Amino acid sequence: MARKITYQQAINEALDQEMARDPRVIIMGEDNAGGAGAPGEEDAWGGVLGVTKGLFHKYPGRVLDTPISESGYVGAAVGAACNGLRPVAELMFVDFIGVCFDQIYNQAAKFRYMFGGKAETPVVIRAMYGAGFRAAAQHSQCLYNMFTHIPGLKVVVPSNPYDAKGLLIQAIRDNDPVIFLEHKVLYTMEGEVPEESYTVPFGEANVAREGDDVTIVAFGRMVNQALTAAAALQKQGIHCEVIDPRTTSPLDEDTILESVEKTGRLVIVDESTPRCSMASDIAGIVAQKAFGALKAPIEQVTAPHVPVPFSDALEDLYVPSPARIEAAVTRVKEYR
Amino acid sequence: MSETLNREGLLKAYRIMRTIREFEERVHTDFATGEIPGFVHLYAGEEASATGVCMHLTGADYIASTHRGHGHCIAKGVDPVGMMAEIWGKATGTCKGKGGSMHIADLSVGMLGANGIVGGGGPLICGTALAAKIRGTKDVGVCFFGDGASNQGTIFEAMNLAAVWKLPAIFVAENNGYAEATSSKYSVPCEHIADRAPAFGMPGVIVDGFDFFAVHKAAGEAIKRAREGGGPTLLEVKLSRYYGHFEGDQQTYRAPGEVQTLRETKDCLMQFRRRVTADGEITDAQLDAIDGEVKTLIDDSVVRAKADPKPAPAELLTDVYVSY
Repeated sequence: MARKITYQQAINEALDQEMARDPRVIIMGEDNAGGAGAPGEEDAWGGVLGVTKGLFHKYPGRVLDTPISESGYVGAAVGAACNGLRPVAELMFVDFIGVCFDQIYNQAAKFRYMFGGKAETPVVIRAMYGAGFRAAAQHSQCLYNMFTHIPGLKVVVPSNPYDAKGLLIQAIRDNDPVIFLEHKVLYTMEGEVPEESYTVPFGEANVAREGDDVTIVAFGRMVNQALTAAAALQKQGIHCEVIDPRTTSPLDEDTILESVEKTGRLVIVDESTPRCSMASDIAGIVAQKAFGALKAPIEQVTAPHVPVPFSDALEDLYVPSPARIEAAVTRVKEYR
Repeated sequence: MSETLNREGLLKAYRIMRTIREFEERVHTDFATGEIPGFVHLYAGEEASATGVCMHLTGADYIASTHRGHGHCIAKGVDPVGMMAEIWGKATGTCKGKGGSMHIADLSVGMLGANGIVGGGGPLICGTALAAKIRGTKDVGVCFFGDGASNQGTIFEAMNLAAVWKLPAIFVAENNGYAEATSSKYSVPCEHIADRAPAFGMPGVIVDGFDFFAVHKAAGEAIKRAREGGGPTLLEVKLSRYYGHFEGDQQTYRAPGEVQTLRETKDCLMQFRRRVTADGEITDAQLDAIDGEVKTLIDDSVVRAKADPKPAPAELLTDVYVSY
């Protein structure tokens, strides 16, 4: 397993391999081919950041550029899933959920229940999320908590190239609606990724680092921030266990609870704003189910309760940093 | 006589329209007793629209419906007995009592659901039509929506998308004159909803929704065009609902006698009967016999719905995911 590719290439490869395997898989989104109807080359872009590049010519008729009509085409993906396809629709930035949420949370997410278990909606909505690109308040949010709140949806937040490929293949093969969230800062992250097709199951956390002193639960890009902090803390003699749940719905509570039973100390790192967040959700679960094991108050390292700022001076303060994680770990470790 | 329907087809159309009417009149009566839970929005008066369109459809064609969806369900072939049980919240209902009036769906007959979100069905029908197009079948998708939904962005987006992708989709705007209590004369600033079709590069057709034959003909042309790869059509059906927006609506916004006049002068079942019996090929006695059979069916559906069990408590937690 020597080959290294980027997170972005891993996503492209997952789409490619699934489209080759299953003719029911189609992809659609704004500029997913890029250049449709324009004087230049079709497939000129392959997505705004090139994530779907190269698929248009390989799979004729199955890579669709869409008008800028998120409600229209996300809903069309949902409808196509009801009629036998396995569509992957790209919502360019997750922030655009505001103009198409109905088709996801009132339609796709509820069909199976409302229709008495007689519907399957195997649709994947891919979206880019997260701060770090100086893209400001409407192109930088971290909204996985909103989707996690909705019964009927599954929510995936890969933190590395290996998981990105395996989780996306799982998402496409899954028979429920899946929200697949790609952190834009991670697109250039390199990692070892097998060339062959494989799946990473939902609801199974990855213990990214083992340790006995403090449990850190982190999501998406924050897993890498937590690993950086954990490496620094190791030098101070503090051994952190870093847990990457990989999916926020379903959530692998057991791995988190077992770790907290071992360490008694918990730090949750969540790039989202703090209210009704994954951080507060996990803090609630642990307080309820592992209260007796806790030796210190639970720390939540999150963004502040503000929109994402533009200026680098402010955005860098907004995103949870390894330094803030280290400080939180130190506080819970030293708590008596 | 219709140019395209034989005697058997005419009797089938009449049976469907009569079933919708009987179903809705019965729900109206029973709702007043307080036994039916939740909200119901009745389709009585609009039967010619659902029936005129759906007579052209197969089980592989999809329709998306609205909160006023009972008529579309029956016309597309959903079992009225299961529907009645669903409306009564019973385990034997079409959706096991988990959906209710506003969410009756049966994908096995191409009924993608009544929909509690106004305009929600437009994008979905683009999707079923896209799937048909990609698979290379001749199946179509039909989105029924009201004059209220005609002002929703989802409907505009869906019509645009259908035209851009040249989808086998038909948008049927059932203009019953009122979005809840607000008149379409107020909320639709152009003269007709169909006037918007050219803006999306598709034909817009206006049809009298009290006239089954007019709907059947116009829908037939649009559906044939879609099946042949000609793309989408916007069909505006002008009609009226005989009851309120929901049951319990006192309809203080309507003119006195408005519905009574329509029932007496334009009713689709009355017009249909008059036309098909005029040349003697179909007799009043045959239609009366259908009326009797339908009444028995609906009476029976209510007896069964009342007697059927409610969902077991364990059902609360099932059917959320295929696997989780």
